[in-house]
Amino acid sequence: MQPFQETPFSRRKRRNERLAQVVLGGMALAMVIPLLLIVGYLMFKGAPLISLSFLLSNPTHGMREGGLWSALLGTIYLVVMALLVAAPIGVLCAVYLNEYARDNWLTRLIHLAVINLAGVPSIVHALFGLGAFVLFAGLGRSILAASLTLAIMTLPVIIASTKEALASVPMSFREACWNVGASRWQTIWKVVLPNSISGILTGVILQVSRTAGETAPIMFTGAVFFKKIEAGNPFAYALTDQCMALSMHLYTVTTQVTNAPEALPYAIALVLVGAVLAVNATAIWLRSRLRSRKKW
Amino acid sequence: MVTSPPKIEVRDLRLAYGHKEVLHGVSFAVPSHEIFGIIGPAQSAKTSLLRCLNRTIEFTPHIHVSGSIRVDGQDVRRVPDVYELRRKIGMVAPLPVGLPLSIYDNVAFAPRCAGLTNRQELEARVEKCLRQAALWDEVKDRLDTLGTKLSGGQQQRLTIARALSHEPEILCLDEFSIAIDPVTTMRIEDVLKELRREITIILVTNLTQQARRLADRTMFLWNGEVVELDRTEVMFSDSPKDRRTYDYVQGNFG
Ligand SMILES: Nc1ncnc2c1ncn2[C@@H]1O[C@H](COP(=O)(O)OP(=O)(O)O)[C@@H](O)[C@H]1O
Ligand SMILES: [Mg+2]
Repeated sequence: MQPFQETPFSRRKRRNERLAQVVLGGMALAMVIPLLLIVGYLMFKGAPLISLSFLLSNPTHGMREGGLWSALLGTIYLVVMALLVAAPIGVLCAVYLNEYARDNWLTRLIHLAVINLAGVPSIVHALFGLGAFVLFAGLGRSILAASLTLAIMTLPVIIASTKEALASVPMSFREACWNVGASRWQTIWKVVLPNSISGILTGVILQVSRTAGETAPIMFTGAVFFKKIEAGNPFAYALTDQCMALSMHLYTVTTQVTNAPEALPYAIALVLVGAVLAVNATAIWLRSRLRSRKKW
Repeated sequence: MVTSPPKIEVRDLRLAYGHKEVLHGVSFAVPSHEIFGIIGPAQSAKTSLLRCLNRTIEFTPHIHVSGSIRVDGQDVRRVPDVYELRRKIGMVAPLPVGLPLSIYDNVAFAPRCAGLTNRQELEARVEKCLRQAALWDEVKDRLDTLGTKLSGGQQQRLTIARALSHEPEILCLDEFSIAIDPVTTMRIEDVLKELRREITIILVTNLTQQARRLADRTMFLWNGEVVELDRTEVMFSDSPKDRRTYDYVQGNFG
């Protein structure tokens, strides 16, 4: 008699294990296919139009020719402004909620508000932005009003992702700090934040793509179909100006402009996706840099 | 011993988490330079008791504390600076916690939090504490590696070094040997015997024999009540006052 014998059970177990691996692995692979297809298709259709002058010149001839500088710059302004507002507020808010707030009805109400705000459709944020920033605050339709609207929209998501990053730092670290006479703030500053910063940054940077892609919130609050600015000048917009944006430009060119070259919408989309992927790639690189210093 | 006030004096201490009372009026006093053993089964509120001493219990929501705790004659609830109180009491948790910092920073953490910035003083403090914790020789050449990369036993000694780094007058150890090997346990026990000359030690232990080896007096805490408190020889003799003590230390307890 051999010491290790195959039984029907062990055979079945082995087969199931292999099956699980194949199915799960297949799903993971399938995930990548749409992304590759999208990027590949955009490249195929749009790449011929892409050039440095396409990026740096303004649309001309009723947006049928020229480049997309004014839209690209507008999107950059909107995203940067929105995150400059939303990231610090969101992160500080999350630190308060996760590290300081006591568990009482007010805290629970805030949590509930954050979760529900994250689920509000962007068109509703658009209306809110129109009412609050454009009309009530008197900012008018402007980059400022539009980016504040985007900031309100991303804020709850940043709070949620930051809280998650903070919560991933083991409680025992905090207790060890408190035991040796560190204050809450010293604990947060010296131990909690350094060990959650990669997660916090990832959460914030993921919002870049979301903000860059939105059309609804900016349509009511500051984005326009066409705006003439100086090509190639990165300071061509003032914060009180209205601006063009890639997402909106794509929509315009596809639906409002007749006889636009077939490749144009794809080229615009390619720039949008390319910019977002570039930001995400930076985030991944940064994250792995910070991770390699991570400490447990 | 009668003349100087006890290092720690706990009177009728009650603690409740929400509506669940877990300490039901505990009283005891610990004189200076004593090793005071606390034994008792799991869930008898030993850890909770320690957390009352340095007031880290306050980080838990919905707690109710009554009674009084005095350290050096001063009510801990009235100390002007709670961080100073916590520095006076070193605390070692059951599972070793290497903070995700370098070995050096782990030990320098507490002095820095207390405002010490002078490099020489910090270095001297780190070396002293690592020596006291019997870890110096093993790590002196790699003080800048991560504390979390050490073995379990080394991390526990690192934890002890950190607990000593704020020069406490009292050292509380909460089941410190739960996750480490017997050899390391013995080394740490030797360390404790050295330390008792300078500081007061409260040794919470799930190994009754450890209390027997080290403690001058031992308290048997059971379900949040003091069953018996006496000199260790008496507690471990054939005739402690309470039958439950006898059963527990002999190991035939429910
Ligand atoms: N943070 C907490 N919240 C609620 N109950 C707790 C908490 N910590 C401990 N307890 C309860 O207090 C009792 C005593 O626990 P503990 O002090 O950890 O005992 P021991 O250290 O002797 O095992 C247990 O019943 C436990 O469930
Ligand atoms: Mg315990």
